[in-house]
Amino acid sequence: MLLEQTLSQMKERFPDIVLDMTEFAGEQILHVKSQHILTVLTALKADGYNFLADLTAIDNLTLGGYERFAVAYHLLCHKTAERLTVKAYVPEEKASLPSVESLWKTADWQEREVFDLFGIIFEGHPNLIRIMNPDDYEGHPLRKDYPRLGRKERDNFPVIERGIQKKKRPE
Amino acid sequence: MTRVTEKSLKTDRMILNFGPQHPSTHGTLRIIMELDGETVTKATPEIGYLHSGFEKLGEDLDFNQYITITDRMNYLSPLCNNVAYALAAEKLMELEVSKRTEYIRVLMCELSRIADHLLSVGMLAVDLGALTAFLYGFRVREDIYDLFEIATGTRLTTSYTLVGGLMRDIPEGFDKAVLKVLDEVNEVANDIETLLNKNRIWHDRTKNIGIISKEDAISYGISGPMARAAGLDWDIRVNEPYSSYEEFDFDVVIALNGDVFDRYLVRMEEIRQSIRICRQSLEKMPSGDVIVDPGLGYSLPPKDEVYNSIEGLIYHFEVTMPNRGMVPPVGEAYMPTESPNGELGFYIVSDGKRTPYRVRTRPPSLINYSIFSKLIEGHMLSDAPAILGSINIIAGELDR
Repeated sequence: MLLEQTLSQMKERFPDIVLDMTEFAGEQILHVKSQHILTVLTALKADGYNFLADLTAIDNLTLGGYERFAVAYHLLCHKTAERLTVKAYVPEEKASLPSVESLWKTADWQEREVFDLFGIIFEGHPNLIRIMNPDDYEGHPLRKDYPRLGRKERDNFPVIERGIQKKKRPE
Repeated sequence: MTRVTEKSLKTDRMILNFGPQHPSTHGTLRIIMELDGETVTKATPEIGYLHSGFEKLGEDLDFNQYITITDRMNYLSPLCNNVAYALAAEKLMELEVSKRTEYIRVLMCELSRIADHLLSVGMLAVDLGALTAFLYGFRVREDIYDLFEIATGTRLTTSYTLVGGLMRDIPEGFDKAVLKVLDEVNEVANDIETLLNKNRIWHDRTKNIGIISKEDAISYGISGPMARAAGLDWDIRVNEPYSSYEEFDFDVVIALNGDVFDRYLVRMEEIRQSIRICRQSLEKMPSGDVIVDPGLGYSLPPKDEVYNSIEGLIYHFEVTMPNRGMVPPVGEAYMPTESPNGELGFYIVSDGKRTPYRVRTRPPSLINYSIFSKLIEGHMLSDAPAILGSINIIAGELDR
């Protein structure tokens, strides 16, 4: 009910912001421009989507999409038990979008996680520091161009030499 | 604890490092606390000590391989993780599993929930000095783990589900073993409640400690027993039923105060409701296969066919070889499930290849933990283990 209403009105309410609406596996996805994400989510929260279930990002490097990154917000309405996914597209050259920490406190840690693992900056976030990796870590591991074998992180470990040295493997 | 409200002595602010190796953290958590006397004025949790890059690993493993990774996330109830991931993958591929599969999954999830809640309550008690409740719970939890061993082959790294079904059917006579354990669980739950419910020390240590209001619970994204203890009437098993939960008769447990004591009460009552669900599941267990039709190209053939016939072996390779395998549609699916700690969701984005493009876990531990610094403010240092125990943080899931 609520979902149908919301979706039918979204295009009229935000003609410049909403890019597209799609459906997959029974889930509605709203694709929007990232600069105005706060406006969209404030309106959706007022409509009844009171719970931000999950906030994450996707690197669209080889998948394709409107922009390089997509930040996905999974919203839930407790009254009608309906869920809606909002995807905000963030360009690679200016990877930043407004923080929604003012709407939901849960966004605090989840935005920090996205910043840590994807390098997307959330403007207006009170404490945007790394959460999973150490503060001096370089790179953002969940980006698609970050190699799975890791990069550099073991290079600066000191080598401890003990007792009898084993023969070195031929290169 | 009793608080000294009048401060006759002025003390300097002290910074205390709580963890990463503290007995009550049960994992590797670190909290930097600022103390005024014994009162915590500010707490900054620092996490990531167990960050293992599971989400990055998921991009390199195919759908069935990743199930072994989900075991390692919430290692207190790995079966719930297995089921949640399988459900997400099935939602993405639009697969319908058989009724028997769904009922066995429900049975296993509820047994996990009992084991998880027993341990969670026990750990809360042992951190506050009540060892007996912990020992009672741990003994019967061991019996539940024996059941897992009978059904899945291992105690912890169960990997019981496959995309489209289960690794194997439950053995004959399993229902009798389960019923016997359920009776014991019921007795143990009574014993624990007799010990704690009217215990004066328990009340002093847990009542009015770490109170979460309903508004805070929604704003901080809290889910599961913590949210229900704060008065939020929300259970995904009832409100958004999955895996045939709508066919079971059970009550959603809520409490109103949102303190540590209420979280304990909610968990104890949920154990009883889970016992009800397990009994119904065994009573109404349908017959049939536990894997989808092999013709669809998603399911692995039975192991004895793989080992003993050439057709089975070829077919096994067809599913598992890197250049073959299942072909999911291009798209994305978010599947929320009710794990013992709260909303456990898997968000899978697929680009049509045999490995998912992105696998995101919505970890209840991480999101429930984010309210900790708000809860501990103004409380005594000795309340920290009580609040930590009532949140039930699993470090493997927290950091992934």
